[in-house]
Amino acid sequence: MPLPRLLNRIGVYGFLGAMALLSVFPFIWMIVGTTNSTGDIILGHLGLGHAFLDNTQKFFTQANAPLIFWNSAKISLLGTALTLAVSSVAGYGFEIFRSPGRDWLYAGLLLTIMIPFAVLMIPLFMIMGRLGLINTHIAIILPTVASGFVIFYFRQATKAFPSELRDAARVDGLKEWQIFLYIYIPTMRSTYAAAFVIVFMATWNNYLWPLIVLQTNEMKTITLVISSLASAYYPDYGVVMVGALVATLPTLIVFFAMQRQFVQGMLGAIK
Amino acid sequence: MPAPISLRRYYDVNGWFFVVPALGLIAVFMIYPIIWSLWMSFQTGRGLVMHFGGLANIVRLTEDPVFQLALTNTILFFVIQVPIMLTLALFTAVLLDDPKLKFAGLIRTAIFLPCVMSLVVYSVIFKSMFVDDGVVNRALAAVGAISGPIPWMSDPFWARVLLIVAITWRWTGYNMIFYLAALQNIDRSIYEVARIDGVPATARFFRLTVPMLKPVILFTTVTSTIGTLQLFDEARNIVASDTSAGTAGPGDSVLTLSVYIYNLTFRFMPSFGYAATVSYVIVILVALLSFVQFTVARERD
Repeated sequence: MPLPRLLNRIGVYGFLGAMALLSVFPFIWMIVGTTNSTGDIILGHLGLGHAFLDNTQKFFTQANAPLIFWNSAKISLLGTALTLAVSSVAGYGFEIFRSPGRDWLYAGLLLTIMIPFAVLMIPLFMIMGRLGLINTHIAIILPTVASGFVIFYFRQATKAFPSELRDAARVDGLKEWQIFLYIYIPTMRSTYAAAFVIVFMATWNNYLWPLIVLQTNEMKTITLVISSLASAYYPDYGVVMVGALVATLPTLIVFFAMQRQFVQGMLGAIK
Repeated sequence: MPAPISLRRYYDVNGWFFVVPALGLIAVFMIYPIIWSLWMSFQTGRGLVMHFGGLANIVRLTEDPVFQLALTNTILFFVIQVPIMLTLALFTAVLLDDPKLKFAGLIRTAIFLPCVMSLVVYSVIFKSMFVDDGVVNRALAAVGAISGPIPWMSDPFWARVLLIVAITWRWTGYNMIFYLAALQNIDRSIYEVARIDGVPATARFFRLTVPMLKPVILFTTVTSTIGTLQLFDEARNIVASDTSAGTAGPGDSVLTLSVYIYNLTFRFMPSFGYAATVSYVIVILVALLSFVQFTVARERD
């Protein structure tokens, strides 16, 4: 190999290696941190320590971990299921049945994706107040169920749904909702999987809206609890690391189990 | 022929049946709040006692140093962070696109991994890494880059740098995935021809790659802009802030518009009307910057 080309290779691998290492390092830091005492963590100790059981025990007793984990799981799974149901039906509807009025509505719908949440949060808070839903998990789920982005995602994916299948089903006398339920959903399994991953991630990690709505400790999500643990004047970082790991494990598992759908879901917007 | 007309009606009725649940929810939880918020932005008063104030809130914006600080911070983060991140993402994607590169899949997965972590979680992890005697200052000292610890948590300048570093860590891989997907759609023979014609690598990058990736560069620029303008989770969690007092970082150095709106609404004696006005500042910025980016992209055709 000629020298310039060799130097070039070293540069490329050096750069990419550094990028990869820096990207992964906070994960390693988090895992190592669960075994270290707070005193070691704030001194940058990189080796494994002996405080794992102590940290875990504190996390489970101080933060009521099982309950808040259940809160997060309940909100995310229920919220994701409802979002996929309502928004996939709408995405399908927009693509299959077209009329001029609906195209205008769809254009308006796409504009709502650009609206910052800060605009919505005060009226939403007041709406939830009137409905008597402050400090409930329903209030967290409701505003996200009809998502402009997920509807858009399903409409784009529906373009690949073969119209022959639909026509054949119509000839066979299936009703429109039966076509959706028995033919569309099974055919579009991978689209649903990808949408599941992105919607689950978003609801599991949601912070601002739960911060506003959930007011008592027994209703809080794991994200809220980690935030309040870490904002103490002297945070107990050992406990924070255990919390961070517990909060990250579900999304990490989903990522490695469904890496293809994960990336496909993220890319969904530009296809 | 009556049959096609009734058939048409049948599909129309069915079509509305499919989209109405979503549209109903969007009307209640999206459109209604958007209009209500706009109406509120012309109201003044404290708590639920509000009255029409005309442009009073807009006048208040011009006289409010905290708002101006939040606006400056938000724009500063967007102007500095987005170009750094997108350049890094594009550069990495181009290197990874080399079919002869070994470990490309492994490296790609590693760089994408930060997307798995929630914004709050990575913020608190970064917070623990950037404390005075923490792992980052120790590593920088070990390689001789610094003589004393960098005050990431207590100095306004370094707090802002920390926030920019953190956001770049979280989102570079995400944007890289978009560029990689777009690069895979480019016909490689174009590069071969250019290479044989003796076009140097940098020229190939600027004359071939960048123009062909223009749509996806535009997409990532717009989404990153919208994201950065709404910055909240990191600004509230990454730097040791006194959340009970409602400040964000030393000297409010990482106070963003979203954090300020939250403070106006839920921290202090609520000022709903004024908070709504500030939220519409974000809307205007998003609309304005998206428009500018689309226009610039079109002109370069």
